[in-house]
Amino acid sequence: MIMPEPDADVIARRDEIVLALRDIVPGEGVIAEQNELSAYESDGLSAYRQRPMVVVLPETTAQVSDILKYCHANGIKVVPRGAGTGLSGGALPLADGVTLGLGKFNQIKEIDFSNRCVVAQPGVTNLGISDAVAHEGFYYAPDPSSQIACSIGGNVAENSGGVHCLKYGLTTNNVLGVEIVMMDGEIIRLGGRHLEAGGYDLLGVVTGSEGLLGVITEVTVRILQKPATARALLLGFGSSEQAGDCVGGIIDHGIIPGGLEMMDKHAIHATEDFVHAGYPLDVAALLIVELDGPQVEVDLLIDQVEHIASGCGATYSRASTTEDERLTFWAGRKNAFPAVGRISPDYICMDGTIPRSQLSYVLRRLSQMSAEYGLRCANVFHAGDGNLHPLILFDANVADELERAEAFGAEILKLCVAVGGVLTGEHGVGVEKRDLMGEMFSEDDMKQQQRLKCAFDPDQLLNPGKVYPTLHRCAELGKMHVHNGELPFPDLPRF
Amino acid sequence: MPQTLRPENEDQLLDAVNWALSRKIPLNVFGLGSKSSLGQAVSVEQGLDMSALSGILSYEPSELVLTAKAGTPLHEIQSALSEHNQSMAFEPVDLSVILNGKEPSNEADGTVGGMIAAGFAGPRRIRQGGVRDHVLGFRAISGRAELFKSGGKVMKNVTGFDLSKLMAGSMGTLAVMSEVTIKVLPVPEKSRTVLVQGLDEPVAIAAMRAAVNSPHEVSAAAHLPQSVAARSGVDLVAGSGAAVTAVRVEGPGASVETRCASLRKLLAPFGELEELHSQRSARFWAEVRDASFWRTTPPDTTIWRLSVPPSRGAHIAAAITRECGAEALFDWGGGLIWLALPDSRHKIVRAALDEQDGHATLIRASDSIRTTVPAFHPPSPSLAALSRRVKSAFDPHGILNPGRLYPTDAA
Ligand SMILES: Cc1cc2nc3c(=O)[nH]c(=O)nc-3n(C[C@H](O)[C@H](O)[C@H](O)COP(=O)(O)OP(=O)(O)OC[C@H]3O[C@@H](n4cnc5c(N)ncnc54)[C@H](O)[C@@H]3O)c2cc1C
Repeated sequence: MIMPEPDADVIARRDEIVLALRDIVPGEGVIAEQNELSAYESDGLSAYRQRPMVVVLPETTAQVSDILKYCHANGIKVVPRGAGTGLSGGALPLADGVTLGLGKFNQIKEIDFSNRCVVAQPGVTNLGISDAVAHEGFYYAPDPSSQIACSIGGNVAENSGGVHCLKYGLTTNNVLGVEIVMMDGEIIRLGGRHLEAGGYDLLGVVTGSEGLLGVITEVTVRILQKPATARALLLGFGSSEQAGDCVGGIIDHGIIPGGLEMMDKHAIHATEDFVHAGYPLDVAALLIVELDGPQVEVDLLIDQVEHIASGCGATYSRASTTEDERLTFWAGRKNAFPAVGRISPDYICMDGTIPRSQLSYVLRRLSQMSAEYGLRCANVFHAGDGNLHPLILFDANVADELERAEAFGAEILKLCVAVGGVLTGEHGVGVEKRDLMGEMFSEDDMKQQQRLKCAFDPDQLLNPGKVYPTLHRCAELGKMHVHNGELPFPDLPRF
Repeated sequence: MPQTLRPENEDQLLDAVNWALSRKIPLNVFGLGSKSSLGQAVSVEQGLDMSALSGILSYEPSELVLTAKAGTPLHEIQSALSEHNQSMAFEPVDLSVILNGKEPSNEADGTVGGMIAAGFAGPRRIRQGGVRDHVLGFRAISGRAELFKSGGKVMKNVTGFDLSKLMAGSMGTLAVMSEVTIKVLPVPEKSRTVLVQGLDEPVAIAAMRAAVNSPHEVSAAAHLPQSVAARSGVDLVAGSGAAVTAVRVEGPGASVETRCASLRKLLAPFGELEELHSQRSARFWAEVRDASFWRTTPPDTTIWRLSVPPSRGAHIAAAITRECGAEALFDWGGGLIWLALPDSRHKIVRAALDEQDGHATLIRASDSIRTTVPAFHPPSPSLAALSRRVKSAFDPHGILNPGRLYPTDAA
């Protein structure tokens, strides 16, 4: 992975920079000891590591603003970091960069039931928000599997999803407002407690911007009343085609389940050995379908889905009858990653999205590729919205297995794009998929996206080297090549 | 008067923008012109008519995704969707009703590109999100005369910056979309509305709050003062002789019946109850969606749309109506206020909003008001500066609908 050339001048000034940061954040908020810095070397994508030049952990927006002002004035790069659970290397440090951690921003500022929102600092965990409003029957809908650890600021930066986003949307559909600090230290509020922000939807582009546009220092999210009931259904099939048909059948029927997940044989076996969720072991594909809402509706839809499933050849069907049972069904799915971690020394998790109609073709290709690369692959899959998570199993201690795994992963993502899908459904581009962006976007597409970056951070000091494979200088991006002359389109209709 | 350009494909569109750019000729970009009187009144002579870039390119009902050329008439998309019992869940507002006096119907005026560029969502906004939440991807020509795309054709995608959000509500000032992909959803099987009669505004807001905060999955909550309710085409609403607060539930039949019953219990302490079923419920919410109650008000009435924190709705509306003979209609559980007031009193509206209170959009007004009063809420100075930089990242010479969104970029 090639990162921007570290700036030797900046590295040479390290001591001075540390002092300046200590002036802004007194006490233990500046970490400069080499052994302490190693804790920040990577995020959830641990195959990539880089010790940061220094870590700073501010506690107030004013401190964030002062840090950025200082770094901006001195040409120092900054990498924002939440909880460090990201799976695409978005928070991978830079050798000549300041890692700005938001871990101390861990307060919920306001719970506002009359406007159905919570105002939180970015370091509050995803689950922390749901927990804070549970006593009134509310929750925050997007639920990444990492929800006990990941930060709401990281969720906004990655536009994270979860198993319930088919019905309830991704982070972007559940954020009402943010306060961000731009690289020059300016503090800006986007949105608020109202639904439409007005003007350009800058909140919409900051969400999912992977720390490239600004440092998020406050988040206002929508909260929802918990559904009155929820029941889950386990459906087993002899082939993934049948399971895929069943997913299509459910949606064609006008049913949008709260969750609609699929696991293949490898994933079923790995999780069942680990969690004992009671999954059938003699099926090729398992669906978990969750229906939520009023009891009558849930019971009715469970019947309808069972009927659709049997029409698609389901060989196994079991509906949860108690809340404990429902949670057990999910425990398997939610622990799929660690379960796979048990059967393989290492694994990487891919995250492409495909049109669902391509599912059986893609799964067939995956098992061919798995044979070609000589690496096992387990699939868990947000089936409702076509978001695949192939887990590639490898052993980093075996020569060239990491390289083979990465090549296999890249080929999977290229396949996703080739069948009409995208590189990443929820984990972000980061450094991991950065060099694959050209599979999906032309040079002009990416340049236009980067011009947006220039509007926020013209010196490209905020999280450079992430998302876009080529760093263009903003002055260069702004140049225009206008073809002057006569009408170049004699046949353009006009009247 | 220059001839209007009417490209028939993306290449011709690129040529047209390139030509305008090379001569620095500003373009007035429009689809079917249904919203030509929305936004800042600007005089841009050179038209760019998008209506020939029309047609649905792909629609897979079980993928919940539809791709169309940007100039495709909305009604064409709506009828294709309804054949498969699907719809755009955010209930696009048909602004033609108050802008052009059209009768409310299930077939909206305008093109899909224009709908996205304006970005107005209806009553179901509180449950299913707005226009911005349903745009999955697009292709467009920037003001730099370059073709680019963003997003994709699948429901879940975080690859690169989400420029689709930026297109929604940008009033065609950043790029001319040639193709758009939207998310669609099944039409709920059944819809029912509980009406509460005779509530004054603060109580109505409290009733809506109780309903929306309940677990009964309310999909819309609106309040009409008596004078507005009286103009409804739905007999139970018009005939009530009182203010009407309305709460809608949708879904499978049995579920709707149960939730409706629960809502009646919840709302009974607030006042007299009535119920609207399928057809009437649909008709009523189409009226609310389009604010059709003011379809035929005199031309010196200005119409505004305010997006505010729901808990502030009653206070803000009262501050305005107290000052002048304004009528206020609440949607989104109090988070959306439609206002009709005499145009001489327009200054009151934005003065009633504090900085954290959201924003006010001038929807309909006489030309003289539209040339002097910013149609879209003036952003704070720092936000205005950032917005200008964003505009010039896409359209550095300001050739696309200059001034239509923010008067300052007309300069
Ligand atoms: C076991 C496991 C399961 C997971 N499951 C899911 C899942 O189901 N769905 C899903 O979507 N993701 C999942 N993830 C990925 C990850 O948890 C999410 O991407 C999460 O949102 C990252 O949050 P974080 O606080 O850890 O951010 P970090 O990893 O610290 O940072 C992520 C990115 O956001 C930026 N950033 C962080 N905070 C800020 C801020 N305040 N301001 C500006 N930029 C910031 C960083 O620069 C970086 O680019 C999973 C991860 C793990 C380890």
